[in-house]
Amino acid sequence: MAGAGGGEGRRHGHKALCSLRGRTWSVPPRNEANSNLNNPSGMRGSPSLKLLMYWITEPVRWLGAQAIENVAALGRFGLFFISALFNALSPPYKPRLVVRQLRLIGADSIFLITLIGWATGMVLGLQGYNTLHRFGSETALGTVVALVLVRELGPVLSALMITARAGSAMAAELGSMQVTEQVDALSVMAIDPVQYLVSPRILAGLISFPLLTAIFDVVGIFGGYAIGVGLMGVPPGSYFRGIVDNLTPHDVASGFYKALVFGLAVTWVCCYKGYHAERMATGISRATTEAVVLSSVLVLLWDYFLTSVLL
Amino acid sequence: MASKISIAGEENFARIMTSPAQDGSAVAIEIRDLTRRFGAQIVLDHVSFACPHGKITTVVGPSGCGKTVLLKHLNFLLRPNCGAIIVDGEDVTQMGSSELNRVRDKFGMLFQAGALFDSMTVAENVAFPLVEKTNLSRQEIAQRVQEKLAAVGLEGAGNKFPSEISGGMQKRAALARALIREPEILLLDEPTTGLDPTRAGAIHHLIRRTQQRFGLSAVLVSHDVPQVFEISDRVAFLYKGRTRLFGTVQEILSANDPVFKSFLAGEEIDEEGLQAGSNALAM
Ligand SMILES: Nc1ncnc2c1ncn2[C@@H]1O[C@H](COP(=O)(O)OP(=O)(O)O)[C@@H](O)[C@H]1O
Ligand SMILES: [Mg+2]
Repeated sequence: MAGAGGGEGRRHGHKALCSLRGRTWSVPPRNEANSNLNNPSGMRGSPSLKLLMYWITEPVRWLGAQAIENVAALGRFGLFFISALFNALSPPYKPRLVVRQLRLIGADSIFLITLIGWATGMVLGLQGYNTLHRFGSETALGTVVALVLVRELGPVLSALMITARAGSAMAAELGSMQVTEQVDALSVMAIDPVQYLVSPRILAGLISFPLLTAIFDVVGIFGGYAIGVGLMGVPPGSYFRGIVDNLTPHDVASGFYKALVFGLAVTWVCCYKGYHAERMATGISRATTEAVVLSSVLVLLWDYFLTSVLL
Repeated sequence: MASKISIAGEENFARIMTSPAQDGSAVAIEIRDLTRRFGAQIVLDHVSFACPHGKITTVVGPSGCGKTVLLKHLNFLLRPNCGAIIVDGEDVTQMGSSELNRVRDKFGMLFQAGALFDSMTVAENVAFPLVEKTNLSRQEIAQRVQEKLAAVGLEGAGNKFPSEISGGMQKRAALARALIREPEILLLDEPTTGLDPTRAGAIHHLIRRTQQRFGLSAVLVSHDVPQVFEISDRVAFLYKGRTRLFGTVQEILSANDPVFKSFLAGEEIDEEGLQAGSNALAM
């Protein structure tokens, strides 16, 4: 805004141009207003009219300001992503940084993903068996467990777990770097902070989310096998036969696309929130909370959208 | 009424400009009518002065008067609402990002709180600009890092993390990082705040020595009056967002400005009290 018309003013320092319209909050016509409120009998025409106009125009002003602010925030959110993508594609390339993030987001999450995947598979095995048993079709257990995991629970639960584990850490780390001016320190050294901090994280997210989801799916299928076959006595052959016969490449692909989209959304949101943490005591904690909440909500909303598109 | 008095005072003490051209030296950074607002708060209000080449320019003023904000405008970390910042004859406010990066390569900056990368050791922090921006060999980088760490008295602390050393040591490590690429212009935000007087003196002399050895231009923000005047070639006194005084140390000290005098004496509230009183009346 200042950049558009400010060229002249910058060069010559004209006072007129310098007194830009700041975002100030207009104060109600105070003295008159107060005296009117305290003393209704002493009402005079013009001050009370002023007050009335204030109460009419101010909510409109407020709404307008909110709308502009929110649209602007959405714009910043989008531009942030475009800049991160652009920076990821332009030199200097820093594979070292991507590898480091792959370790933090991907490798370090394997244990957790395995654990949750196994637990989810066991629950699916138990619930699936109980439901199918009522229809006498226990042999379909493998198919049910695999479809539910691959198409739905694998990508979603993995994304939620990685958000909780790596996304929150990402937001907190970038937030503390922003608050303690480490981000500015990068800019000062003529290093683009988005290229150095954000792009590697988004790339690492894109790579590691599908891989972790795959691990989740496979471990989950064996978890279901352990319960269904080991505990409930479903014939072992029918469990895997069902999976091989009924799980199509399309099912696998739709799970893969979901994981890809979630990887993008989660790293983008967490980086954005951390990067824009406010410089105050609660800035980091607020950024982290918002990052986790917004990521989780986005994952679930996008999941519905993607399911309806990919079905 | 109080404000009228202070306006009259301001006219008397508006500027004592020693134009750098007068003593024949070139200008490293010229600040022209720099204005910056945060929301409704005007932090910098038409600040103008010029930092001569190869000299130390010190910015002093009560805390919260916008010294850090001013310093961050010089390498365009913050964007001004209006005004120009001319570095070696080029206006940084008119630059695109690649040009800006070229200019930023001339700068070394020490942040008020150090801004060391806390995921790296002290030595890695100091080496970082060389690792990222040059093609020097590992040995050469290690050698330069040792050199700079020794210069700030941190020989033994290279392998520690920033969280493991004291605030004063962090400041010195950050100073080493600012100096590692031997910049042409050094921006220092309160390099001695939080240090004991002996250390502060040592850092002042380190800054002076480095500046003279490499012929740097430095802009130094400091709270340490009057000690910092020892190493200052020019002093700018910021007050209420304006350059109230600017000149050599001699000129500043003989200016007889009551506000500056009370600032030197450590009584910053003087006019503040009057101002608050008049505000209360207006309510
Ligand atoms: N990013 C910011 N947003 C809003 N206000 C700011 C920001 N940075 C600085 N300020 C305000 O600018 C004023 C000057 O701050 P600063 O330059 O840090 O003072 P100092 O002279 O102590 O270094 C302060 O009142 C501060 O509240
Ligand atoms: Mg400061």
